[in-house]
Amino acid sequence: MPDTLLWYTTRGAGAVTLILLSSVVVLGILSALRVQTARWPRFLTTGLHRNLALMTLVFLALHIVTAVVDPFTHLGWAAALIPFSSYYRTLWLGLGVISFELLLAIAVTSLLRGYLGHNTWRAIHWLTYAAWPVGVIHGLGTGTDTWSAWMLAITAACVAAVGVAIILRLTTGSTDPLASARATFRTAVDRREVR
Amino acid sequence: MSDQLKLVVDRIKCDGRGLCAELLPELIRLDDWGYPIVDSGNVPKHLLPLAQRAVEDCPVLAVTLRRAEVKR
Repeated sequence: MPDTLLWYTTRGAGAVTLILLSSVVVLGILSALRVQTARWPRFLTTGLHRNLALMTLVFLALHIVTAVVDPFTHLGWAAALIPFSSYYRTLWLGLGVISFELLLAIAVTSLLRGYLGHNTWRAIHWLTYAAWPVGVIHGLGTGTDTWSAWMLAITAACVAAVGVAIILRLTTGSTDPLASARATFRTAVDRREVR
Repeated sequence: MSDQLKLVVDRIKCDGRGLCAELLPELIRLDDWGYPIVDSGNVPKHLLPLAQRAVEDCPVLAVTLRRAEVKR
């Protein structure tokens, strides 16, 4: 296999991972916001979120494996698994490893959600807000194509989409139709327990 | 018949997200506030895959499939 094929695959898979991961993050936020229309039921958001997340991991694996196997950089498997252990672009690859390992933890705990319970799963799922930006910074820092116009456009679109979703989430109040009733009930229970 | 399964919603956990009713309208409908009203009977065999999906896709893990109690 020619070396350039591995190298191009690494770059391509990295870009695809960024697009997929950003879509997954946006879908996750839309699901939490209970977004729904007549033609877009809620289970579609959840189903797409899950399936695209699994696909993200496939491209992420491709990105990592082709980078390690590529003879040009001689990364070695340790560099792909232990953050900041790579001699080559230590900081940027280290951030990539951290992002990858966080995403792996998020995916595995999601698959085991039924055994972990909702609260544990949710606490770990919040790590997405660390994994995504760290991954984006990894791409900006070390991406061979980062400053080409098309890759800049892709990165900008991904950051804008996730940014808008996060702002929406921050500015939208509780989507629970019984939110105020629950709050009243909880404070009443707390008061009784204090007494 | 111990292999009969019923759908059970944990009312404390349920957040009224409504995915279960979208996935399984045959057995689950929503009340005026978006909370599920579940058919109390056994889940028919042909609906089991959808019931399973409703269990797995519930965002707050409030839906479970329980073995129906055996009456002697």
